[in-house]
Amino acid sequence: MRGAGCGVRGAMTGTVPLSAYLILSAALFAIGVIGVVIRRNALIIFMAIELMLNAVNLTFVAFSKFLGSMDGQIIVFFVMAVAAAEVALGLAIIIALYRNKESVNVDDINLLKG
Amino acid sequence: MEWLLFVPLAALALGTAAFVILLRNPIYCALALVGTFFALSGLYLLLQAEFVAVVQVIIYAGAIMVLFLFVIMLLDVGHEPPPWLRRDRPRLLLGLGLVALLVLELAVAIGSWIAPGIRGPYTSDYVNAVGNTQLIGRLLFTEFLIPFEITSIILLIAIVGAMVLARRQ
Repeated sequence: MRGAGCGVRGAMTGTVPLSAYLILSAALFAIGVIGVVIRRNALIIFMAIELMLNAVNLTFVAFSKFLGSMDGQIIVFFVMAVAAAEVALGLAIIIALYRNKESVNVDDINLLKG
Repeated sequence: MEWLLFVPLAALALGTAAFVILLRNPIYCALALVGTFFALSGLYLLLQAEFVAVVQVIIYAGAIMVLFLFVIMLLDVGHEPPPWLRRDRPRLLLGLGLVALLVLELAVAIGSWIAPGIRGPYTSDYVNAVGNTQLIGRLLFTEFLIPFEITSIILLIAIVGAMVLARRQ
């Protein structure tokens, strides 16, 4: 790793480099994707999606700090607002599904499957 | 010694994130996710983004997770069988293979480290002098005014939509 991300090991005594935040963010994003793939409970899939959104937020804030720009933090503000709207609608859809199917398992929800 | 704060917070974030997708009981998953949000909030503080850190706790750990917990308690969600006992194993393996591809791609993207971009005017000293929250407020009501107003419309539509969807027929 070159540039502002200069080696994680070499900088062990100083400030945390941007690359450390990016690696952490990538790991969190990957955990979120794995959660979406392996879980069948719609609620937990939703939580994994929130995890991915948060991983991306961390990237935004890290870049905002290391590039001396406020735009990243403003975008995070908008992401949070949209995430709140998304969760409200998503949970309402899950409640509506549960009323119809008595289940939140995504394998049981296959009405659109030919 | 930023590392002294970064390493425990990162470990906490990764550990609780792993619990979110591995624990069987959805309530425990939700509580683990609260832990992830708090760890991320600490990391935002470390990145001198005080406003985002506080908003993270208020919106995510406060509002969104309470909504999740209410829905979990409302729905009486049962336990699901663990993924390794599922019958559709080929599809699961295909999904995990694609995840591995994504991780590889992320590793290449971070490792290659192309142009870090243009540096903006908001240096650490300037932000500390003016104040993080003041700067965000000023930008929100000048440069980002239209997106800010559109956000309010999105939230209004979400409120109405959630009421319509969750209403009893």
